[in-house]
Amino acid sequence: MIEVSNIEKSFNGNPVLKGITCTFESGKCNLLLGGSGTGKSVLLQCIVGLMKPDIGSITFDGTVYTNSKIDIRQEIRRKIGMLFQGSALFDSMTVAQNVEFPLQMLTPEMSAEERRDRVEFCLKRVGLENAGNKMPAEISGGMKKRVGIARAIAPQCTYLFCDEPNSGLDPATSIKIDNLIHEITHEYNITTVIVTHDMNSVIEIGEHIIFLHQGKKLWDGTKDEILNANVPELRDFIFSSSLVRAAKRVDDETEGGMAAFAEESESGGGI
Amino acid sequence: MLKTFGSFVLFLRGMVTRTERFRVLWNRTIDEAILIGVDSIVIVSIVSAFIGAVTCVQIAYNLTNPLIPQSTIGYMVREMTILELAPTITSIVLAGKVGSSIAGGLGTMRITEQISALEVMGINSTSYLVLPRILAALLMFPLLVILAMLLSILGGYLAGTLTGVMTAQDYIEGIRTDFIPYNIVFALIKAVVFAFLVSGISAFKGYFTTGGALEVGAASTGAVTNSIIAILIADFALAAILL
Repeated sequence: MIEVSNIEKSFNGNPVLKGITCTFESGKCNLLLGGSGTGKSVLLQCIVGLMKPDIGSITFDGTVYTNSKIDIRQEIRRKIGMLFQGSALFDSMTVAQNVEFPLQMLTPEMSAEERRDRVEFCLKRVGLENAGNKMPAEISGGMKKRVGIARAIAPQCTYLFCDEPNSGLDPATSIKIDNLIHEITHEYNITTVIVTHDMNSVIEIGEHIIFLHQGKKLWDGTKDEILNANVPELRDFIFSSSLVRAAKRVDDETEGGMAAFAEESESGGGI
Repeated sequence: MLKTFGSFVLFLRGMVTRTERFRVLWNRTIDEAILIGVDSIVIVSIVSAFIGAVTCVQIAYNLTNPLIPQSTIGYMVREMTILELAPTITSIVLAGKVGSSIAGGLGTMRITEQISALEVMGINSTSYLVLPRILAALLMFPLLVILAMLLSILGGYLAGTLTGVMTAQDYIEGIRTDFIPYNIVFALIKAVVFAFLVSGISAFKGYFTTGGALEVGAASTGAVTNSIIAILIADFALAAILL
């Protein structure tokens, strides 16, 4: 579990995060939802330690991360896997070398054979068992995301952070990536935090959703609660999509229609 | 200016604290040494051979006094090559080739979040990415300067004898006259200092690139120009201090 307490962050006097307090539960897909420029990615970067918050604290399973000694921070960082928006694969390495890299660096006690087995397992888990020898430039955007996930889970991470995993992907591939993250989260009981502004992801995998608006947390809940939330900013955000407006209309007209809609998408039908 | 220098010092400090394992560092240094050193042999060879040739022909052109022996041409080629041309011109050439490569490579890694990926994994990115580049430059620059010295003197020999401005015997006599071994030491000290300046400044410019592709290009240009200026200032300072 990750606990974020009263995080504030500003750039050149402009406040971006204004006292965010929230909890990310383990074994669940926690979504940071909000429009562009609301501070989602900044909050994510503060949590993983790429940025230092001005005020507030972040705790990983009871261990304080912010302002702690470098050894403690390193120890926590080694439990973190992260999927970047642009995948951030090392372009001088093959797909297999990318996945093997954190194992080489973080687990020197592993033999070459053990590492090779782990790489094969992770690539197979994300459905890329035949792409190990390809270079990142030779694979598609969706495959890059899957390699990024394989690299993140290779050292058996406890916390998985995904920065807009669906950006630049077509809807079908987006759903595959969402489902893969969801499956992995439950399979390994990982605390997963996903930054997104994609309502498809919310309906697919939103087990715990935190809505940010202008640097503040305005709402948190589940995907079943979000459509009936009484927060004007959240409603403006959700119903800016004509697809969701139509789904809501169906829900209003036929009682429980929205639940059926979500169930259908969960069963692989998508939207 | 002071703020930038302070950032540079902190950048270097971060590189040597919490370094990666020796084996990782060694492998990375050898990889970088191949990129910095082996891949630069051709350009350094061409530049140094022609500089030696031009130096020889131009000295011969200016040295028309019959009272001055022809062997002086060889002597002057050797002195100019060892003291100045080989270390300084080679380093300026390498600032263009290696400096832009280091800054461009690190800049691209920065804007594509590859450096952030290393940091999230708990890897000291400056130690992993920058330290091997600086160590490789410190190792390879002196070797390339030694090669440049040899080829420059050889270029002078070929130019002098093939154009007929002097005999081979005079040239060889000249390059063996009043040899001061310390000059070689001085040239190698210069090479090490220039290696540090080129690799350090280029890595600093590349590592802190922000923005997009345009800024990566600007970082590369900045790395080359700043490295060359630093080389020229250090060249003067070392000559004033060590000679």
